[in-house]
Amino acid sequence: MNRITQKLQEDKKILSIYFSAGYPNLNDTVQIIQDLEKNGVDLIEIGLPFSDPLADGPTIQASSTTALHNGMTTQILFDQLKNIRESVKIPLIIMGYFNPMLQYGVEAFCAKCAEIGIDGLIIPDLPVDVYADEYKAIFEKYGLINVFLITPQTSDERIRFIDSVSNGFIYMVSSASVTGSQSGFGDVQENYFERIANLNLKNPQIVGFGISNKETFNQATKYAKGAIIGSAFIKHLSEKGSGKIEEFVGEIR
Amino acid sequence: MSFNVNEKGYYGEFGGAYIPEMLYPNVEELRQKYLSIMDEPDFKAEFNQLLKDYVGRPSPLYFAKRLSEKYNTKVYLKREDLNHTGAHKVNNTIGQILLAKRLGKKRIIAETGAGQHGVATATVCALMGIECIVYMGEIDIARQAPNVARMKMLGAEVRPALSGSRTLKDATNEAIRDWINNPVDTHYIIGSAIGPHPYPDMVTRFQSIISEEIKWQLKEKEGRENPDYVVACIGGGSNAAGTYYHFLHEPQVGIIAVEAAGKGVDSGHSAATSKLGKVGVIHGCKTLLMQTPDGQITEPYSISAGLDYPGVGPLHAHLAQTGRGEFFSVTDDDAMNAGLQLTKLEGIIPAIESAHAFAVLDQKKFKSTDVVVISLSGRGDKDLDNYIDYFKL
Repeated sequence: MNRITQKLQEDKKILSIYFSAGYPNLNDTVQIIQDLEKNGVDLIEIGLPFSDPLADGPTIQASSTTALHNGMTTQILFDQLKNIRESVKIPLIIMGYFNPMLQYGVEAFCAKCAEIGIDGLIIPDLPVDVYADEYKAIFEKYGLINVFLITPQTSDERIRFIDSVSNGFIYMVSSASVTGSQSGFGDVQENYFERIANLNLKNPQIVGFGISNKETFNQATKYAKGAIIGSAFIKHLSEKGSGKIEEFVGEIR
Repeated sequence: MSFNVNEKGYYGEFGGAYIPEMLYPNVEELRQKYLSIMDEPDFKAEFNQLLKDYVGRPSPLYFAKRLSEKYNTKVYLKREDLNHTGAHKVNNTIGQILLAKRLGKKRIIAETGAGQHGVATATVCALMGIECIVYMGEIDIARQAPNVARMKMLGAEVRPALSGSRTLKDATNEAIRDWINNPVDTHYIIGSAIGPHPYPDMVTRFQSIISEEIKWQLKEKEGRENPDYVVACIGGGSNAAGTYYHFLHEPQVGIIAVEAAGKGVDSGHSAATSKLGKVGVIHGCKTLLMQTPDGQITEPYSISAGLDYPGVGPLHAHLAQTGRGEFFSVTDDDAMNAGLQLTKLEGIIPAIESAHAFAVLDQKKFKSTDVVVISLSGRGDKDLDNYIDYFKL
């Protein structure tokens, strides 16, 4: 069974952390992953940096740019992760934009992920319709889970379509925003979280965008199975370096 | 072979809508409604009225006698430079603002490179009394100061794009991020024939007035609707798309596209996408794209801010790939000299973007009987500083 599916069956709220591979230093990737697991994180999203990350706010953009300046490439990331399954058991997802995958070759990319032990992908600019038509069979061949986003503006009908194409979890974007632009949730989000919970989807939902601390983590997971922290963790890395991960995760859990 | 967009939004293998889910409701609403709105009689009436009385259309088709003599061929200029706001861009912004009103949008965002699209957007927003925010690369803000001032006078807020190369590509990223953050009340007026479907087709249709007029104007002047060649410069490709549109399926009409070679196609400082690009995804569409082997989008270069874009509209990628379009690349130097030559021979100072199209006359030998229509997409007022610097005037 795919490690993501297995993890989602555990009776707990999932804490997922996103970071940009190659940030703050090119070779921090493996150490950050190991430290996140050691400190009780359930799932990790490894950001494959891109020059033009449309859905990301300034924090993730800046970390992405630094990672590229540090020399990160798709091949280097795969090389860094080559032996990751010798030390890390939790599910790993690569999150990146479509163009670098297209250049690597979508099938070659998926094959490499499977070989390393990557469990899933999040590709914000690969729409579910194109995926279903052109790439689903490839992802399934390599046992990869592809995760799709929904937002407060996504219609119930489309959410049900996305649910039908998904086989892991649904990434629930908390509000109309790019990453890192919210602080705290209000009634609007609360109502949205509740609306989605009431749809009784087959896939569990994990909330992302706007989760930065224990309070927002708890709010987000009141209805959803888990929550994702990205920008706040990257800010922590910027300020404290990659050696103080325990401090960050300890605050949330 | 078809050069129209198909029902999924593709021209051959190019196009589509590679957008984050956050943009789906807006783009889908447009996709469902753009054709029916454009087809409404009252929309057409309002659009045509504004093009006539406000923009000053039809723009003249001018026989360039001295230029024709010099190159021993018949050169006509399609005078988009005479439009209100000084370029073809306003054809599209008039169309999109009327569409945005019918979609109930209260706020307009736009990206701009040379500032022509920003000015054209700010203008129609002033005309309609709608809030307007224009994203512009920090570098372009510095090299296109008069257009920045115009936008401000027109009541638009000009927000600098500070990321990446700080030019058109980055301004587009910022505009898209704004749209993600404001999904309900905002319409994004894309200025070029790029972006997710239906933008390339919608922009092309609004700009197609250019070739529609060329047809009847040429009929009056030459007794035939079809020229032998239509020539246009290409950044994203909106003036080109409009210039070609009614000739795409007329195989006897040669389609010539002129890209900015910057300091030379292989100099590392170029924006010649058809030569340097590979299939990739940028700003929501699959097209030819300048990028590293690793799929990172590279930073293009051209002296002209309006051609300084690493991609090209999906229609144009299709024209390049199928060979329907003949693509030329013109360096900064050749474009500047072609601009000065046009000024001296015809008394018309072209935008540096448009000047690229004229440099083709030195690269391709036309027959004396050929009728060659060149799109003079914009006027050169905004580029005076560049001309002054370049020619030490």
